[in-house]
Parts: sequence; C-alpha cells; structure tokens
Amino acid sequence: MLHRFLHHKTAMATVGLVLIVALLGIFAPFVAPNDPYTTDILHKFQPFSAQFPLGTDNLGRCILSRMLYGIRPTLGLAVLTMIGTIGLGALMGLLAGYFRGAVEEIIMRVVDVMLSFPSQIMVFAVVALLGINVQNVILANVFIKWAWYARMIRTGVMQYRDRNFVQFSRCIGTSERFILLRHLVPSIAADLAVLASLDVGWAIINISTLSFLGLGVQAPTPEWGAMLNEAKNVLTSNPTQMIVPGIAIVVLVSAFNLMGDALRDVLDPKEVER
Amino acid sequence: MNKILEVKNLNVTLKNRQMQNKIVQEVSFSVHSGECLGILGESGSGKSMTAKAILGLLDKQFTICGNAFFEGKDLIEQNKEQLRRLRGSEISMVLQNPMTCFDPLYRIGNQIAETFAAHTKWSAQEIYQQSLMLLKRMQIRDGEEVLQKYPHQLSGGMLQRIMIGIAMALKPKLLIADEPTTAIDAITQFEILEEFRRIKQQHKTAMIFITHDLSAISRIADRILVMNGGKVVDKGDFKHILYHAQDPYTRLLVEKRTAVMTSYREVIHRKKVQYA
Amino acid sequence: MKQYVIKRALSAIPLLIVISFVCFVFINLIPSDPAEVALRVRQVPIITEEAIEEVRAELGLDKPYLVRYATWLLDCLKGDFGISYVNPTRTVAGELARCLPATLQLAGASLVMVIVLSLPIGFLCAVYKDSWFDKIMRCIVFMTTAMPAYWVGLLLMWLLSIKFDLLPTSGNGSWKHLILPAFTVSMSYISTYIRLIRNNMLENMKQDYVLYANVRGLPQRLILVKHILKNSMHTCIVAIGMSIPQLISGTIVVENVFAWPGLGTLCISSIFNRDYPVIQTYVLLIGVLFVVFNLLFDILQTISDPRMRKEDK
Repeated sequence: MLHRFLHHKTAMATVGLVLIVALLGIFAPFVAPNDPYTTDILHKFQPFSAQFPLGTDNLGRCILSRMLYGIRPTLGLAVLTMIGTIGLGALMGLLAGYFRGAVEEIIMRVVDVMLSFPSQIMVFAVVALLGINVQNVILANVFIKWAWYARMIRTGVMQYRDRNFVQFSRCIGTSERFILLRHLVPSIAADLAVLASLDVGWAIINISTLSFLGLGVQAPTPEWGAMLNEAKNVLTSNPTQMIVPGIAIVVLVSAFNLMGDALRDVLDPKEVER
Repeated sequence: MNKILEVKNLNVTLKNRQMQNKIVQEVSFSVHSGECLGILGESGSGKSMTAKAILGLLDKQFTICGNAFFEGKDLIEQNKEQLRRLRGSEISMVLQNPMTCFDPLYRIGNQIAETFAAHTKWSAQEIYQQSLMLLKRMQIRDGEEVLQKYPHQLSGGMLQRIMIGIAMALKPKLLIADEPTTAIDAITQFEILEEFRRIKQQHKTAMIFITHDLSAISRIADRILVMNGGKVVDKGDFKHILYHAQDPYTRLLVEKRTAVMTSYREVIHRKKVQYA
Repeated sequence: MKQYVIKRALSAIPLLIVISFVCFVFINLIPSDPAEVALRVRQVPIITEEAIEEVRAELGLDKPYLVRYATWLLDCLKGDFGISYVNPTRTVAGELARCLPATLQLAGASLVMVIVLSLPIGFLCAVYKDSWFDKIMRCIVFMTTAMPAYWVGLLLMWLLSIKFDLLPTSGNGSWKHLILPAFTVSMSYISTYIRLIRNNMLENMKQDYVLYANVRGLPQRLILVKHILKNSMHTCIVAIGMSIPQLISGTIVVENVFAWPGLGTLCISSIFNRDYPVIQTYVLLIGVLFVVFNLLFDILQTISDPRMRKEDK
C-alpha cells in the first residue's frame, strides 16, 4: 500500500503541499519576515516590496507574516475539529455497530435527528448558545458533523463484523475489545481516511466562514477568515488584502479535496476485502 | 439461399490507458436467409461483443477492424446514421434482460410507437394499428390494454415477446438474438424458443442465436459456432459439436452438459420404475 | 396512493416534535439567566432580585419545564413566537415577517439560477464527455467546491461592482441588486448539481434500456432527451427541491457580505445581541422547512415514478 502511495503523483503532491503548509505554520516565527501584530499606520496599503513581500494591510501589518501565522488557527482548528468529530463519531459508530440492541437503537435515533437538522444553521445556533468563542466554534462543528461519521462507521462495522476473520477470531476466544481494536478499526480506517481528508477542507471553509462573520477567531489574531473580514472593509482601496487569504484558502482546501480523491485510489476498498 | 451476412476476420480491441485488450479475434462466419446460426460460449467469450460490433453499438473505446458484409455493404465502414437506419428495420436484435430493456418511465405503447416513428412515415393511426397487430402476432391478448401498461406491470416473458414482436415488426432480413432465454424461467423459455422456431419457418429470416445454453441451441440452430476467449474454436452442426468436437473447451462444455442430462434421465427413469 | 401520502405525512410529525423540543431546550440551556439577560439588554441600570422575578413572570420562566414547553408550542402554532429580548416593543414574529420577503426573494432567485445554469451545463457535460467543454467545466466545478461563498461574494463585488461598476455592491432595491448575492448563494449548488446531473446521465447511459433504444435504431437526440435526460431529471429535480431549505439557510452568510436585509442578517445580529428568541425561532423555522420540503419532494418523487404507482393497473 505504501508503495502505491509513493507512486501516486497526486497523493504525493497534495500530502507534500499540506505538510509544507503545516511546517510553515509551525515555524512561522522563524519564517515570517515581520511581526504579524505590529501596526504601522504610516505604512498601510503598501504594495509588494522586499520588506513586505505581499504588501501591508489597513493597519500597516505585513500580510505575508499574518498569512504564515494564520496557518496555525486555520489549519490547526480544522484538524482539531476533525479529530474531535472522528473521535466522537467513531466511538458512537463502533458502539452502535458492534453491540447492537438497545445501545444501537438509541444512538442511531439520535443520529437520525442530528442528520435531519440543517447543519449550517445548527452551527450558528450552537455558537449563539455557547457564546462567541474559538472553542465553541470547534464544539459546534464537531456537534453537527459527528453523526455522519457515526453512521458511516456503523455501516462499516456491520459489514465487517460478520466477515470470516472476525467470526474466526471470536471462535478462538479473543476478547471483544481486542476484536474491536485489532480487526475492525483497521478495516474501516481506509474509508475513514478518505472521508476525513475531504472533510478537513470542509472544516477549513466552515471555520473561516464563522471567523469572517466575526463569530469565530477574533480580530487581531491572524486567521484567514478573520483577515478577510478586515479586508472586506477596505475592499475598494486595497483589494490585494482580500485576494491573498482567499487564494490561500482555495489552494489549501483544493489540496485536501484532491488528497481525498487520491487516497481513495490508493486505499482501494477492494484491497481490504481480500 | 442467399447470403445475408458475411463476417470476415473481425477484431475488437478495447483500449485502456496502457493496455490493449483483444476481446474478439479473427472471427469469420456467414448467415443465409432462412437459416439459424448459433453462437455458443461462456460469458465473456466475446459472443455478444461480436454482435454489438457488427451493429455499431460499441462506443469509442473499442476499435473494430475486419469486414461485415450485409447485402453487399460493409457494416464496419457505414457511418453512424446509416447504421442507425439499418438497426431496428433491416437488422433487428433481441436482448437478454427484458425486464430492464424498456424505459421504466414510458408506457409500452409509447416505446413501440417511437420505434415505428424512427423508421417509417406512418401516421399515428397506422402506428397504433401496427402496434396492435404486433402484439396479436405474438399471441398477446388484450393488446389495447397492454399498450397502456408500464414495463414493470408486465412479466419478463411478456416483455420478451413484445421485444421479439418489435424486432420482427418491420420484417428484418437478419435477426440477432442475444441470450434471449437466459433471464427467464424454464416454461417461458420453452415458449420463447418456440416463437423463434416459428419465425424461422414462417419468415425465412436469417437468424443469429447467441447463448451459453446447449439445449436451447440444439433446438434452434442449424449450424453452431463455438467461441472461447474471443476466438472461434469450433464450428459445425449440432451432432458434430456433440460427438466430434475438436477443441478441448468445446468437449468440456458438452461433457458437463451430458453429465447433467444423464443423471437427470437416470432420476426420471428410476422414478418411473418405482411407480410402475 | 392517498394512504401512502397520509402515512408519509404522519411519519414526519414525531420529527417535527423532536425539532421543536430541541429548539425549546436550546433557549433553556443558555449559560446566563434569560431574565437577567433580558434586563441587561434593555439597559436597566440596576438589576435587582425583584426586577429579575418580575421579568421571569413576564416571560413565563417560573412554571415547570414541560408546561412551559406545551404553552410555548401552542403559542408557536398560533404564530406567537414571543418578544424580542433586545427590543421589547417588537414581536419575534413581526421581526421575522419583516425580513422574510427579502430572504425568500434571494433564495428564489438563487433557485432559478441553479436550475437555469446547472441543468444545461450538466447535460452538455454528459453528452460531450471528455470534450474540452466537459474538462473546463469539471475544472471549474472542482475549484468552486474549494471556494468559500463569502470570498466569492467579495471577489465578485470587487470585480463587477468596483472595477467595472456594472452592478451595485450591496443593499437591495432593483433586480440588479439581486444578481451578485443570488449567484454567490447558488454557486456551490450549481457545481453540485452539474456534477450530479452529469454523473447521473452517464450512469443512465450504461443502462440496458439505452442499449435497447439504440438497438431499435432510435435517433441519438431522441434517446438523449426523451430517455436519458428524463430519467436523470427525475433524481435531480428531487435533489434540487430538497435543497431549497439549504438555499434559504445558505443566505445567512451571503446576506452579511452584501448587507441584504433578510433573515440571515437578522440572525447574525441577534447572535451578537444575544437575542435568543429570534435565534430560536429562526432555527425552528429552518428545521420545519427542512422536514416539510424533504417530505414534499419525497412524496413527489414517489408519485411521479410509474413504478411506484401501484394501484393503476
């Protein structure tokens, strides 16, 4: 599988791009040419220059530095959201698919209700309820998304739990927990990886949207959505300020979408069936 | 007897990104009017592909070379529109799965009518009369009612009859039947086969009967072509195939069938003995 | 048939009750005391215990939980959604009624755009599969799935309104004001449906009935339009219909970009002002719309498919 991965051009390219972006974010203090918070009204709306490679914004802050620092909340929060979503979804899905009976019934009814709510509105509702805060944005996103994963994982477990190798394992007296972790989780992991990488893109868009509306990451912190919110006010005088973060989001989200497609090719589910 | 179709060195290749998959290789045969040629082979042996290639029903990924002369014209060289005019009127075809071959959203009458409209200049009234005639010839009662039905409301056998009716309605010179008895149950199978025999006797239509069923082919075919892996591996009449087959694959096919038939006869025989 | 429709409609009732209950619980989960919040937003200078008690009684917060749910639900059914926390002279119903037309106008225009653009483009992509047109469209579709709606809005605003001065930037008034926001709302749906129609048609092209239509020598155009397109449309129209509530809720972001005076703008400002009754009613409204539209198009799908119409023999 690793071999195929290494020979899949799109997979390598997208994973490479995401890794580079992540590293740039982690080492932002060393890479960034300027301090992202230093305001300098005299140097506002500067064009591209050696000192400010992408110019400056309405408060004279270096846009490139803000972009680099902005990777941390943008990518970081999205990844955190996905970890939370998959964690909760996987737990619920595995419980429902594996133990059946009343546990399944309750979990799946809750999932049904969750899925019947319009997700976009629920995010706003949760944020409104818990207050405008970064943690709450993550909570809101996990809250609306976990049900999808729970359902998918349950279906996966249902398919695999009656396969021969699981049956065999049970026959020779392996403990339930061991079966769950050693056999079922790896079997479903492939589907999960594909879906998760597609959804990181979704999470990035969603979180940046909330920040853009002022409901997520707050003003001075450099986050791409929040930066766009500031750029919106100076749309007429300095359009560059809007274009840079926008393109960055499109590129990063595209990378995750392409990665999902590529992973699907690499981790062909038929591989698992054999 | 005049030659209706003559296929010479037909090759069909499927081009994938890197691979070239030869599906049909160097197939040659001919059919005369009033004669039935049976093509026998397992699924994937290229028998349906041969028929589809002749009729121009394959899409661009397939490359076809060779000749298929139909009344002197080479079908492989005809353009799309010329082939379309031939299909359904001069050369017609009956397919395997009657239940899925009709568009579920339209009534049977509508689908018969659109076929007539594509090939004739009949008025709506004529089309309606001809549709009724078609059903009558296929011994379907209550024709007017059947025309008003949707495909899912009719049985597989009934749809298969309608399909044969449509195929024969415009008096084609060549009828190709692609596994027409495979997807339907045993009793209907018998009736459908009888239908084909009747067509052969009455209309003098040349017929190509494609199947993997040895017993079906024995009832209808005058000559048999055995295909395996895209190649013709044996040809001759039924007796030849049964007793003097050259090809190991053909022999295997016959042996398996004979073994089944023998045990079947034994059981029947034993039962008779017991009852006696 | 009638039986089916009634059965299906009744099955939606439990879901509606659950949704209403969740919305009701929602307002009771607010970390701060709603009575206190109400006082604070009314800018009462000193908040005393008595004042809180008074507001509690006024808002009916002192009764048991389920009783409050029942009264609330009954009020909702009567169209009374309570009073805005921020502005006690205004009812929630009035606020929503004031903003609803603008949102419906926007959502309606978006729906028209979705249908007018996605159906023909998807059709052409399927018919001319792998042509340059198909490739370009697929590229655009892929790009748009990665574009946040609000950024597209900003981009269009800058390009068409500021650079070329073709359309107004924000607000509502003439039909010109409608174009940019409607396109922004519909963009992601357009690409979704282009893909859906394209794939659906390609899937249908592989079906036996298309092969048989070709076998019968039907003209290509007839097969495409009468058989393949109609079979695909079936699925797509249902999918588009079911996404109408999503279109309405999708306006929330775009309205804020273009300062469109609709429900979305109201909702966001309510979140900032902690005007919970307004948010609650908005969520309830969208939730109910969701269930109703799903139900409606589910029934429509069943009725329009001859295979499902069992009784007409």
